[in-house]
Amino acid sequence: MEIPILKIEDFLIVSFQIELSDHEIDMLRESILDKIKETGARGLVIDITALKTVDSFMARSLSSIADTATLLGARTVVVGMQPAVALTLVELGLRIKWKIITALNLESGVNLLRKSLKSGKEMVHE
Amino acid sequence: MSEDTLSVRNEMDIISVRGFGRNVAAQLGFGVVDQCRITTAISELARNIVVHGGGGSVTIKTIQNDKKGIEIICKDKGPGIRDMELALKGGFSTVGGLGIGLSGAKRLMDEFQITSFTGKGTTVMIRKWLK
Repeated sequence: MEIPILKIEDFLIVSFQIELSDHEIDMLRESILDKIKETGARGLVIDITALKTVDSFMARSLSSIADTATLLGARTVVVGMQPAVALTLVELGLRIKWKIITALNLESGVNLLRKSLKSGKEMVHE
Repeated sequence: MSEDTLSVRNEMDIISVRGFGRNVAAQLGFGVVDQCRITTAISELARNIVVHGGGGSVTIKTIQNDKKGIEIICKDKGPGIRDMELALKGGFSTVGGLGIGLSGAKRLMDEFQITSFTGKGTTVMIRKWLK
């Protein structure tokens, strides 16, 4: 299953539209990192609006994609987490281990990235 | 009352078994948040079966006493869990990862039972009741 990685301005947008297997997530991580290198993107938005389940593996993968993308110079923001998913993740006990920047939707995620890139500062929630 | 047993051998089975669980939970009348809790718990336990247990099965059934509920039994014939107390504490994993599969599944559900014999395998039973 090929997941499109879109480029707009100087950041990339990846939208998870189907449930991915562990292997597919690993493959996607590689394609994202390749694409960052190829395009010199300075930001990455991962949209998980369509995901109805985020288990610990998916959470750990998202966290690892964000960490490695940041090392390559692309700040990462995860957008569109469903309220039920957020609640479940907190109950699962993940919150303290998860250092991901998130935003409610694509628009606020993109704005957060734009601001952060412009000011050169770390992304912070307002 | 329904009861179905699905074989869990690989990653794709994790996705199908949790999808199946979601449908059963939705049909029983569980709300979106509980559906998410149940699906995530199944996903964690099914992954344990694939990663640690070398394959096994997941049985999903509807149950009833004075309330209706869902019961999920996850079985494998893997090496078993040597230190149960540590495994249930969370943050424990022998393969890497966040190691919160068991403790997470326990927190997400109403009832949790685990039996494990070294060299023989592990069975986890979880239940959630409709409020």
